[in-house]
Amino acid sequence: MSAAMVDLKAVHKSFGSLEVLRGVDLQVGAGEVTVIIGPSGSGKSTLLRTVNHLEKVDSGSVTVDGELVGYRRAGDRLYELSEREILRQRTRIGFVFQSFNLFPHLTVRQNVTEAPTSAQRRPKAEVEALAVRLLERVGLSDKIDAYPRQLSGGQQQRVAIARALALEPKVILFDEPTSALDPELVGEVLDVVKDLAVSGTTMIVVTHEIGFAREVADTVVFMDEGRIVERGTPAQVLDAPRHERTRLFLSKVL
Amino acid sequence: MPVEFPGIGGGDTRDGPETAPRPAPGPRRSAARSVRAHRRYGWDRVLLASGSGSAAPARAAAPPVNGAGKNGEPESPALKVITTRHPGRWVAAAVIAVLLAMVASALITNPAWEWEVVGEFLFAPSVLRAVVFTLELTALGIVFGFLLGTVLALMRLSKNPLLSSAAWGYIALFRSIPLILQLLFWYNLALLYPRLSFGVPFGPAFFDIGTMDLIGPVTAAALGLALHQAAYAAEIVRAGLLSVDHGQREAAAALGIPRTRQLLRIVLPQAMRSIVPTAGNEIIGLVKGTSVVYIMALPELFYQVQVIYNRNGRVMALLLVATIWYLVMTSVMSVAQHYIERHYGKGRA
Ligand SMILES: Nc1ncnc2c1ncn2[C@@H]1O[C@H](COP(=O)(O)OP(=O)(O)OP(=O)(O)O)[C@@H](O)[C@H]1O
Ligand SMILES: [Mg+2]
Repeated sequence: MSAAMVDLKAVHKSFGSLEVLRGVDLQVGAGEVTVIIGPSGSGKSTLLRTVNHLEKVDSGSVTVDGELVGYRRAGDRLYELSEREILRQRTRIGFVFQSFNLFPHLTVRQNVTEAPTSAQRRPKAEVEALAVRLLERVGLSDKIDAYPRQLSGGQQQRVAIARALALEPKVILFDEPTSALDPELVGEVLDVVKDLAVSGTTMIVVTHEIGFAREVADTVVFMDEGRIVERGTPAQVLDAPRHERTRLFLSKVL
Repeated sequence: MPVEFPGIGGGDTRDGPETAPRPAPGPRRSAARSVRAHRRYGWDRVLLASGSGSAAPARAAAPPVNGAGKNGEPESPALKVITTRHPGRWVAAAVIAVLLAMVASALITNPAWEWEVVGEFLFAPSVLRAVVFTLELTALGIVFGFLLGTVLALMRLSKNPLLSSAAWGYIALFRSIPLILQLLFWYNLALLYPRLSFGVPFGPAFFDIGTMDLIGPVTAAALGLALHQAAYAAEIVRAGLLSVDHGQREAAAALGIPRTRQLLRIVLPQAMRSIVPTAGNEIIGLVKGTSVVYIMALPELFYQVQVIYNRNGRVMALLLVATIWYLVMTSVMSVAQHYIERHYGKGRA
């Protein structure tokens, strides 16, 4: 077993005849932040979604904290786990969506406490206290009994982050967490993500915010056409890209 | 609203963009300064400012922040708002009032309606019992209809092709048979199968029972209504489930929420928003639909008033009695529906 918190090996994934992931290897160490950049349609979201088995891989393996995700290994065969087992694994893998996907009929508090109580069966009192702490951490103590509709996009995304944190996951996956936000709201969400990075949370972040990547990432990964083209420190990939495609992409987004 | 984190900058200094520090391409833990810069300008701007150097003048030319514009304008006087008048509404109201008066007069002044007979039978014990029975039949039809309908809807949405086509077949079949025919089939089931046995399919029976004893006329009526209603309820529930954004199910799955809980806590309550108005329609339809049951000689409202007017010949008055009760029942339900809709509209206002 490798020491990596997240370990993807030769991950392949096709949608029909369209091969979206063409053999992706990716290791993320505990406490590290990996930022994935790349053009639209390069397979970034799909890759992220294989990590918590929202997307099944066609071949290859995904391991989180030494545990194979979505499958059980017997010899050289992988048997898909039952849905219940997969749901259990997902409680240790946080996911933050581009479109927030808060539950609109539940209050902010209920959004945060739902999964810890129903999926992890933790005591209600403990979870309530946790929710209060987390909402304070993302700066939303005063919105605890509001409904998502009553919040700005940035506030909603911060609730979504608190909701993911409430499960105390080993790794959090962010799929373009600020792409649906008005420009002036981007900063408040990135501040929260950055705070998590500083506190040592393992994260994989897909984003087009190059400035954020430069500052927060331990590793920047550039993806194109279902492959990882280039990876390295932010300085290596963003300031001195070795590949022409990386250079071309960066020249467009900068 | 910026979030403050201990250890990360956060002062409200108003230094110009030209002083925005270039984000250090070093370890993230020493990044406090550019955090502050970012909070004010957004990452792209920080990069522009630090990367090209030409962004600063552009920033300087941006419109001044609040205050300046206000000072430049003269103080406006307090203005009074006059809302739009709607003279057409008054005309419409007058027309409706006249029409209502005409209808009322036609109802009251014509002795053929026999209002005193209406008053006599409106609260007659047999009529009240019939009203209660009508409500019971409606409740049975709706409760079992929607329970079965929900199961059918889930079957239709299932990935298992056998389940989904079975549900599809049921819905197609029961929507095609007129309720009245179906009721007659159930009513006469005993003619087709005098005894029903329970046990292993095609194997030994544990016990058997006379069909008449098991499915009396009331059960037959309730069964017929429920099975009929289920076909419609299934489509209503399915439409409701489909109306919930796919991302909701996905977020619930990503959080590891158990499957039934996903359905009951996350998806169904949101589906209710589109289910309730249509279901309300169905319930109100069924209150009146129960009148079909009269062919089974069950003492629901419509059958009961027929019994009475066959005896005393006061046809119109008794039809009016039935009308009034149907009106009362459906009106109460409309009000209830309003409150139920409001409940499921939570967080959407
Ligand atoms: N469920 C699906 N069915 C079929 N094709 C899909 C599906 N999901 C993604 N794709 C296709 O896979 C390719 C990669 O999609 P993906 O969402 O991973 O790209 P991305 O890198 O996240 O792009 P973006 O930056 O636009 O979000 C695209 O061509 C997309 O159309
Ligand atoms: Mg994407």
